[in-house]
Amino acid sequence: MRKDLITGLLAVIVMTLALGVVYPLVVTGIAQVAFPGKADGSLVKVDGQTVGSRLIGQEFNGKAYFHSRPSATEYSGNATFFGNVGPNSVEGREEVRENLASYLAREKPFDRSLSKDRVPVDAVTQSASGVDPHISEANARIQAHRIAAVRGLPLAQVEDLVVANTDGRFLGLFGEPGVNVLELNLALDKEAPQR
Amino acid sequence: MAQGWLQIAVFAAVVVALIKPVGIYMARVFSDQRVFLSPVVGPIERLTYRVLRVRPDDGQDWKAYARSLIVFSLLFWVALYLILRTQGIHPFNPEGFSSGPWDLSFNTTSSFITNTNWQYYGGETTLSYFSQMAGLAVQNFVSAAVGIAVLAALIRGIAARSGRVIGNFWQDLIRILLYILVPISVLAALVLASQGVIQNLGGAAVVHTLSGATQTLSQGPVASQEAIKLLGTNGGGFFNVNSSFPFENPTGFSNFVEMLLILLIPTSLTYTYGRMVGSQRQGWAIFSAMAVLFIAGVAVVYAAEQHGTPAQHLAGLHTHAFDGSTGGNLEGKEQRFGIADSSLFTAVTTATSTGAVNSAFESLTGLGGAVPFANLGFSEVIFGGVGSGLYSMLLYAILAVFIGGLMVGRTPEYLGKKIGAREIKLVSLGVLVTPLMALLSSGLASATRAGTRSLYAGFNPQGFSETLYAYLSQANNNGSAWAGYTGFIQPNAPGNVGAYGISFADLLGGVVLIGSRFLPIVFVLALAGALVGKKVSPAGLGTMRTDNPTFVFLLVGIVILVGALTFFPALLLGPIVQSLTTRLF
Repeated sequence: MRKDLITGLLAVIVMTLALGVVYPLVVTGIAQVAFPGKADGSLVKVDGQTVGSRLIGQEFNGKAYFHSRPSATEYSGNATFFGNVGPNSVEGREEVRENLASYLAREKPFDRSLSKDRVPVDAVTQSASGVDPHISEANARIQAHRIAAVRGLPLAQVEDLVVANTDGRFLGLFGEPGVNVLELNLALDKEAPQR
Repeated sequence: MAQGWLQIAVFAAVVVALIKPVGIYMARVFSDQRVFLSPVVGPIERLTYRVLRVRPDDGQDWKAYARSLIVFSLLFWVALYLILRTQGIHPFNPEGFSSGPWDLSFNTTSSFITNTNWQYYGGETTLSYFSQMAGLAVQNFVSAAVGIAVLAALIRGIAARSGRVIGNFWQDLIRILLYILVPISVLAALVLASQGVIQNLGGAAVVHTLSGATQTLSQGPVASQEAIKLLGTNGGGFFNVNSSFPFENPTGFSNFVEMLLILLIPTSLTYTYGRMVGSQRQGWAIFSAMAVLFIAGVAVVYAAEQHGTPAQHLAGLHTHAFDGSTGGNLEGKEQRFGIADSSLFTAVTTATSTGAVNSAFESLTGLGGAVPFANLGFSEVIFGGVGSGLYSMLLYAILAVFIGGLMVGRTPEYLGKKIGAREIKLVSLGVLVTPLMALLSSGLASATRAGTRSLYAGFNPQGFSETLYAYLSQANNNGSAWAGYTGFIQPNAPGNVGAYGISFADLLGGVVLIGSRFLPIVFVLALAGALVGKKVSPAGLGTMRTDNPTFVFLLVGIVILVGALTFFPALLLGPIVQSLTTRLF
C-alpha cells in the first residue's frame, strides 16, 4: 500500500508534467512551425484587417452577399452550444417554417422558378456548430441569382465564383462538398466591389 | 445515398486493414517484447521505471493489481479536482477564467478519471488552457491506459496456464502510454493540425466581419487534445460543440481521421486478444459479433437521418436529396459532413465509449436517435472503449458459453477453462452493475423535482430521452449527450462569474460515473484472478466451440437479449415513441 502510494504520487507528478505540459507544448512548437496560419485559426486578412477565419462561418446581412446557414448561436466563436431542436418538437416546425418563408421571400424575387420543394435543407436548418462555414452547392446556386442582379454581374460569372470557392470531398469521396461563404463573398467584393 | 454507402464501406475497409498490424504491435507491447519503437522508447521506459520506483518484474496477483490501479486513480482524482478548483492561479489562462462551482468540478473530475468525458461545462467558456492540457488531457491519456491495462490483465488471466500473476499494473500503464498512446497521438495531432485544427496558446482572436460585426474566436491547444480525445475513446471536446466545431474538425479528411482514431485501438484489440490466447479465430469471432451489431447501427441511423423529421415535413420542407443538396435531417449537422458522415460518426462514437460528436444528438430523428440509445444499452461492447469494450464483451462471451452450456447440458468452458460458480457470479456482477446504475439514476432523476430541473425539452418523450440518455451515457462511460440536459448554468457566458451547478445532476452523475467504471474493473480483475490458475482441459468433441459462426450468433443474441430486457421499457417512453409518431409535442 505504501509502495503504491509513493509510486502513485510520483506518477501523478511525472505524468502531469510529461503529458500535460511537455506533450502539448511540443506539439504546439511543431504545429506553429509546420502550419503557421492554420495553427492560429486560418485567419483571413483584407487590407491588414482580420475579417474572419476561413473555417468559421459568419453572419452576412443585406442583399449583396451570400447568406450563411441559420445558427442557434448567432455565429458565436467563443460561446458555442447546440440548438437542441428535437425531431418532434413544435419549436422545430416553427423554426423551419419561418426559415423557409424568409428564404423564399429573399430569393424568389430573383429566381422566379424557386419553389418550396427546391429549397435545400441546409438553407433552413441550424448547423451543429452554429458557425458552419459552408452552404450547399444548391443553396449557393439559388442565391447566385440574387447576387447577379444586385451586383449587376452576369449569372454565369457568379456561378463560376461559386464553383471556385467550393471545397470538394476529400479524395472525391469523404465528406460533402460545401461552398465557403466567407471566401465566396470576399471573392465577390474583389471582383465586383459594391458601389 | 450510394455515395454515402461507398464512403462508409471504404472507411470500414481501412479500419479492417489496420486491425492485424496494430493488433500484433499491441500484443508485443503487452507481452514485454521488442517493437520497432524500442530503440527510441526503451531508454525512456527504463528511466520512467527508475523515477517512479517501479520494479516491472514483480508480478502482481489480481488483488495487488486492483489495489495499485485504485490507488493511482484515486490520487489522480484528487490532483485533477485540485487543478480545477485552483484554476485562477495557473498559467496559460489568457481569458482569466476563475474556477467554476465545486459540484461541477466534482462531476467533471469523476467524468475524466473514468474515461467518460461527460461534459456539463462548456470548454471554451469555463476552462483555462492549463486546465484543459494539464488537467483533462492528461486524464485522456491515463484513463485510456488504465482501461487497456485491465484488458491486458484479463487476457493474461484467460491465457495463462498456471500461477496467480496477471501482470504488473505500473508496467502495463507505462508501456501502454509510451508505446501506444503517446506516439500515435503526436502523429495524429500533427495530421489534424495540417487540416486546420488550431494549436496555439494565444488569447481569443477578435475579427471584424464583412457585415460589420465583431466575432470573437476562442483559441487554444486543440490539436494535441483532439488526438488523444479520440484515440483514447474519451470524447471530451475542447469546445462545447465538440467535433462539430471547425477548429476541432475542419474537413472531410479530419473527420475521417477522427473516426479512424476512435476505432483503431478497440477493433485491433480483438486481434491482440486472439494472438495472446493462441487462436486468431477466437479474436475474429469476437470481432465479428461486434461488427454485426455495428453495421446494423450504422444502417439504421443513416437511413433514418436521410429521411428527415416530422417537424421538418410538417413545416413544408422537402427533405429529399437532389443535385447539390444532401437532403435529409440536416438540423444540428454540418454541411461538410452531410448526412452520411454525421450518421457514421454517430454510430462510431456511441458503439465505442467515445462520446465525441460531430452533430447534435438531440436533433437526431426518433429512429436515428434510437441507435445511440441501443449502443449504450448494450453496455458499450460493440468495440467499446479502449480496453473496456473488449473486457466487457469477454464477460458476455463467458455468459454466452454458460447459457449455451446450460442449453446443451454440458459444463461450460471458455478456451479450455471451466466456468464455475465464482466466475459466473463475477461475470453477472460485471454485466449488471452498469445497467443497474443507469436505470436507478435515471429513474431517480425523472421522478424527483431536483432531477427534472435539468430538463430542457420539458415533460414529454424528448425530455425523458434527455434524462435517460444522460445517465445511460454516464453509466456507460460514453460522454455523449442529448445536450439540452444540463447540470451547469452560466448566465454571463463566457467566464464563471455568477455561474452555478445543479448539484443533484452533478453529484448523482459523479457517483454513477465512478461506480460504473471501477466496480466492473474490480469484477473483471477478480475474474482474471479466478481464471489465471485454472488448468486448461483439451478440447474434445463435446466442447462448445467459441470460434465459429454459431457462437458469433449466440453472442450477438445474448448481447441483444440482455440489453433489450434491461432497457426496452425505458426506451419505449423516449426514442421509440418518437420514432413511431409524426405528432409534435
